[in-house]
Amino acid sequence: MHTASFLARFDSLESIGNLVAQAAREAGFDDNAVYEVQLAVDEAATNIIEHAYGGEGKGEIRITYQITSDSLILRIYDRGIPFDPHMIEKPKLHLKLEELSPRGLGLYWMRNLMDYVHFEFTPEQGNILTMSKRRIAN
Amino acid sequence: MSTTISEYKRCTLVTFEGRIDSNTVPAMEETLKSITDAGQFKIVLDMSKVTFVSSAGWWMLIETQKTCHRYNRGELVMAGLDERIHKSLDLVGMGSYFKIFDDVVTAVAHF
Repeated sequence: MHTASFLARFDSLESIGNLVAQAAREAGFDDNAVYEVQLAVDEAATNIIEHAYGGEGKGEIRITYQITSDSLILRIYDRGIPFDPHMIEKPKLHLKLEELSPRGLGLYWMRNLMDYVHFEFTPEQGNILTMSKRRIAN
Repeated sequence: MSTTISEYKRCTLVTFEGRIDSNTVPAMEETLKSITDAGQFKIVLDMSKVTFVSSAGWWMLIETQKTCHRYNRGELVMAGLDERIHKSLDLVGMGSYFKIFDDVVTAVAHF
């Protein structure tokens, strides 16, 4: 189990991306899957900063990862307000350009790029997002 | 993240380098807005040195595309987009909102 903490700021996103890219490479993922893990985690971290903390510099994001025989398991912790994924509207895709409006894309990516995505909140630990991806999933 | 802008006869070439995420989007948005505010709506974005694009980045580019498309006055096209980034865009059906060329020369010639 590896763990790292970051300030919940947008300028931490690159370091977070580097950490999970390294984790995905350690797990034996190819470049494509490494990018998918980076994208899912970047969207998750951005959501935490924007929605759980309601802005930059209001807390920390802690990331742990473990590599099993066939998967990479990531857990992302924050102390912001409880996150309810049902509150996020599903993105409307295949619309005309003029009708597009920014919503829900990050969550859609997380669910489509990772094999398992689970949100929970405990008073002791705050929000815990667990995501995993199998090595064979590509 | 660094940006360079070159003016061509029929379009403006913008080269972004590095990551396009919530941290870098505000500066990029300002760059693109300065171009459209100056009345340039035919834009080629050289993406060959871009390593990552998050949803915040795509929404910013979609907004710029809307501005360029208005009154049929132009469009934003891309060149040299990394295959993995392209794939993530296609996954959410947004690949169709941009013309994507293999290289800058072909993209500039489009205008």
